Amino acid sequence: MRRSTRSNSGLRKVFGKSEFYLLLVIVVVSLFFTIMKPSFLTFTNIYGMVESNSFLAIMAAGVLVVLISGGIDISFTAIATVAQYVMATIVIQWGGNMFLAFAIGGVVGIGLGLVNALLIYFLRTPPIIVTIATMNLFYGLLIFISGGTWIYGFPMWFMERNLVRFGDSSGITIPILILVLSFILTWLILKYTALGRNIYAVGGNQEAARRVGISILKTQLFVYCYMGFLAGIASTVQANMMLTVAPNALMGRELEVLAAVVLGGASLAGGTGSILGTILGFGLIVIVQNGLTLLGISSYWHKVFVGAIIVISVGITAYQRKLREGKGAIINVEE
Amino acid sequence: MALDSVDFEIEKGEVHCLVGENGSGKSTLIKIISGIHSPDPGGEIYVDGRRISHQKSSNSVREGIQVIYQDLSLFPNLTVAENIAISSRVEARSRLMKWEETEEEAMKTMEKIGVSLDPGREVSDLSIAERQVVAICRAINAKARLVIMDEPTASLSKKEVQSLIRVINELQNREISTIFVSHKLDEIMAVAQRVTVLRDGKKVGVFDASELTQQKLSFLMTGKEFEYTKLPPYLGDVVVLEVRKLSRRDNYKEIDLKVHKGEIVSITGLMGSGRTEFALSLFGMNPPDKGEIFVDGKKINPVSAVDAMRAGIAYVPEDRLQHGLVMEQPVSKNIVLTVLKRILSRIRLLSKVKERTEVKRWVEELSIKIPSVDAPVNTLSGGNQQRVVIAKWLAINPKVLILDSPTVGIDVAAKDSIYKIIRELAAKGISIIMITDEAEEAIYHSNTTYIMSAGRIIGRYNSSELTEKELYEKINEV
Repeated sequence: MRRSTRSNSGLRKVFGKSEFYLLLVIVVVSLFFTIMKPSFLTFTNIYGMVESNSFLAIMAAGVLVVLISGGIDISFTAIATVAQYVMATIVIQWGGNMFLAFAIGGVVGIGLGLVNALLIYFLRTPPIIVTIATMNLFYGLLIFISGGTWIYGFPMWFMERNLVRFGDSSGITIPILILVLSFILTWLILKYTALGRNIYAVGGNQEAARRVGISILKTQLFVYCYMGFLAGIASTVQANMMLTVAPNALMGRELEVLAAVVLGGASLAGGTGSILGTILGFGLIVIVQNGLTLLGISSYWHKVFVGAIIVISVGITAYQRKLREGKGAIINVEE
Repeated sequence: MALDSVDFEIEKGEVHCLVGENGSGKSTLIKIISGIHSPDPGGEIYVDGRRISHQKSSNSVREGIQVIYQDLSLFPNLTVAENIAISSRVEARSRLMKWEETEEEAMKTMEKIGVSLDPGREVSDLSIAERQVVAICRAINAKARLVIMDEPTASLSKKEVQSLIRVINELQNREISTIFVSHKLDEIMAVAQRVTVLRDGKKVGVFDASELTQQKLSFLMTGKEFEYTKLPPYLGDVVVLEVRKLSRRDNYKEIDLKVHKGEIVSITGLMGSGRTEFALSLFGMNPPDKGEIFVDGKKINPVSAVDAMRAGIAYVPEDRLQHGLVMEQPVSKNIVLTVLKRILSRIRLLSKVKERTEVKRWVEELSIKIPSVDAPVNTLSGGNQQRVVIAKWLAINPKVLILDSPTVGIDVAAKDSIYKIIRELAAKGISIIMITDEAEEAIYHSNTTYIMSAGRIIGRYNSSELTEKELYEKINEV
């Protein structure tokens, strides 16, 4: 008896979730592009697609965690840019190794994330305001100190991207490895640690979380530092791919990442979202952009399509909610 | 002083009701017992005869005191199992989440009180009553020996209240004590052994539940006698609102109803009898499939609230917090919300002066007690909030005012003032439709009572000719 109700609810869960519909859309869109342009569904294309977007996707994992906790972070691209400059300057000046480069990126990110977390907790100001402010603060100071110059001339060891090669094709590269690791790490944290469940709890009902003894401060500290950490790591990945550091390479892309995460089912109100959803949401946007490029459609149209996808998906979600709530009570009218 | 030398005691396995008006000190007492506030020097708390220091809520949790607040404090985005087991997980300080243990723990707890919910369901998918069960299970799972429930029945249907009472009895069998805050006598009688009454921060006394009557309870709570004379049958013949054979699928069927000028009509029936759905149809928010609505003999087809307002129909919803008021906004802005057009200045901007005049008029007319018209509505008491909603709707000069459960969740004195307002409005010629759960309310505060059941009107009576017992039986007959 219990078994049957459970498997039923399992089914309901699969079909009721936005992840399922996203996957469906991705399959349809991919089919369309494959028919139009068979080169879409080749290993090289897909691999390139994943790799070139890896640094944005890594940051998306951080944004997901922040959104689940009921917060938001606009400053992560500024954090990433600062981390990139610090990392590049140190590595070029004093040398080091790949591990050190990532460690520097990560530590700078955590430091700036800490600033966000403390401001948000102690000023009790909405995180969107705080992080817009810190975005300007971090970025402005960076440009002032660095003069906004580009940085080139990374050491030889930094220029190697491949970890393992399979014959002629590209093997496992650093961006791909870091991407996979950060997704797995985020998934483990969210699903299997007490901390992760506390993040969901705080995002679902902050007051109730406080009442059961969950520390809001600790949770927020972790969430914003983790966002900073991933931003720092992602910026190192991006530097590793581009081999230059430019002040405007990452800035302005924060809303794109945010939109992808929301498309993946995370709510701006907090409490919901999953790493699978984020992969799918982000994936859909990347696939559409890539497909349009292959079809030779001007990149201005990419933005139009991405915007349209987001509006449609948010619209569908809102419509479903309306249907659910609008039904109201059904009364068994006596005939 | 919020609380003045109050003694309170509860025995093992006892269900003890705490009653009192808003501001009588109930909440303060609960907060002191649960360690959120500490008592003034001289106040002491004993558990099992042992004095406990009560500075922190974690202390009281350790003593097995659990509060279930009205908002239930659940996590809508988490599963039933996670919600039930969350306190023990947080307390255990383990770093990992063990899903299987969590689920087992939740199942065990649910078995204890004889309920079964799918542990994997998200709480946001549950009904209010089911959520309450989850909250109770969470308290039990946190090793509660005393569960404090703050007005747990406020948003439950009669049937759901029955099953809540069963759960409380189950707690009692397990020797868990319950403090139950409620205003409703029938619930108190059904569940409690003793009742402590508070008034103005002082203890009025402890009574056996069986020795109380509605009259006595009201008197103990307020120190005033509330005696109502029944309203006479309505005699006039000016029909303001007439409904002929109104039907809507899955809601109600072939409703005939007449409301006269200055008449107070109550519509009563069980929750789910179609009352609210019918009322919403009159207000344009749940358009009917068939049938006709006339106002002053003119046929109307309201398909939106604006249509209904134009026709002179106003509707005060049951859930004033969600649908009736903008809680963070000041009293003044709430009152003029329905009549913004009327308070425009010559250049079509909102006129502060006109707004003040309009607001002042209603604040005086309904004697709304507020520190200032700029006070946010969420700082007012329930009774005053209800008056602000009514003011907002009166501002459109309605011919018909529909009040959906106007006295739910407010105390006896506030109820009294709402009844006075309703009578005054009727005397001024406004027709009132009052939807109510309480037999007493229909009998004493309306001219005419309609009974609805399963989407149909099953009777129309002159209210003064009914007795509470009769009406109660008629409502529950089907």
